[in-house]
Amino acid sequence: MTLKNKAGIVIIGGGITGTSIAYYLAKEGFKDIVILEKRYLTYGATGRCGAGVRQQWGTRQNCLLANESMKIFENLNEELQVKRDIELKQKGYLLLAYSEKEYELFKKNISVQHELNIPSKLVTPYEAKQIVPILNTADLVGATFCPTDGHANPFLTTMAYAEASERFGVTIYKNTTVTEIKMKNDKIIGVQTDKGFIETDKVVNAAGGWAQEIGKMVGLDLPIYSERHEILATEPVKEILGPMVMSFSYNIYCQQTPHGSFIMGCSPENEPHGYNQNSSWNFLETMSKKVTWLLPPTQKLRVVRQWAGLYNISPDKQPIVCESEKVEGFYMAIGFSGHGFMIAPAVGILMKDIILKKDLTWDVTLDIGRYERNEIIAESSVV
Amino acid sequence: MMKEENIVICRCEDFTLKELRELLEQGFNTVEEIKRVARLGMGPCQGKTCGPLIKREIAKYTKQKIEDLDREASRPPYGGIMFGQVVGDDIEK
Repeated sequence: MTLKNKAGIVIIGGGITGTSIAYYLAKEGFKDIVILEKRYLTYGATGRCGAGVRQQWGTRQNCLLANESMKIFENLNEELQVKRDIELKQKGYLLLAYSEKEYELFKKNISVQHELNIPSKLVTPYEAKQIVPILNTADLVGATFCPTDGHANPFLTTMAYAEASERFGVTIYKNTTVTEIKMKNDKIIGVQTDKGFIETDKVVNAAGGWAQEIGKMVGLDLPIYSERHEILATEPVKEILGPMVMSFSYNIYCQQTPHGSFIMGCSPENEPHGYNQNSSWNFLETMSKKVTWLLPPTQKLRVVRQWAGLYNISPDKQPIVCESEKVEGFYMAIGFSGHGFMIAPAVGILMKDIILKKDLTWDVTLDIGRYERNEIIAESSVV
Repeated sequence: MMKEENIVICRCEDFTLKELRELLEQGFNTVEEIKRVARLGMGPCQGKTCGPLIKREIAKYTKQKIEDLDREASRPPYGGIMFGQVVGDDIEK
């Protein structure tokens, strides 16, 4: 395989973000787009995520990105003319509050969500039990439920964006590692890979868990870090859980996919920053305790697979989507903090606007300069 | 000779040799990629049954020796285990 020696833009990272950006850019007529992927599509965080799509966020921006993305997910099979269904399932997310303080926060979040017409609502423990009959409602103060939240298949959604991009002329190189971004007089002149050099003056950093390493290649010390989050899946069984069940304070998310297997995870404690993607027995034990207490019938479910992926965490748990102020032609879609998959359609559209120097489709502030300007409203509703 | 659409490669997903060969044609030519688009190896057997069969097809298709193919990730717990077996009797918050 020989690489093209020239590109209009090089996107580093073959996950949901890179392929979404490529698609919306190519659809607008942008030529010679190349995606470089170190391993294969969805190798990184996209293919390791919990596959949830939710709109119940605490900041207006996260709500907006998730809500606009959901509208796109709802029609994505048609838009991308997919070979394989993206397996969108909208049976809701049930978020559980275990203290008055947490419940008050949920009330605030709901009012933010309602400004964007997200159909979330407060529910009592009794109503929560109606929505999820297998739920243990002990200690539950209240919950919120949004019926249009749910699940989509991250592998197949990425493949769908990738294949639609290729139909618009995008070139994707798998098994191709970026080793250097070449600069001349502070401007990008090309990307060096282990398979050859590609001349370009525009690079998009969509490298997920490795985004800070790509930043270093143009001399930027990006305010993000990566952290392992573990996850597991069970054998498929008949449907016993419609919505995703999630709690920030009890620290768990758990859903049953349309295929029938359960996927669940929780946030680690004292996890060092880094690139470790190994599984641990501690996680299996912690997860087993959490899920059997919360959803008792899961005691009989068999775990068949554990894995881990990297959250790429930003200071306010909201993504950084912008062109660098310091390096012209260096674009970033990074720092997704564990929710990159569910907002990727909107991020692809915003990055397309930024690269084409158009007005942003939505009124959001996602540039990296917000940290220096102190315009930070941190997201609190993350697992 | 049996028709390739009648040969089941993955029993967990009921996936046939014909479907597998179609994926190879579409450029999915590693165990990891085939797993991600078709769930082969994600079921109760975790690739213990289908894995070697898939690798044999990949080797044939890509004209490589089976031992030269990338080894697929092997993920714990290496055999189905019930949550109840892990926690024993102490179910508590």
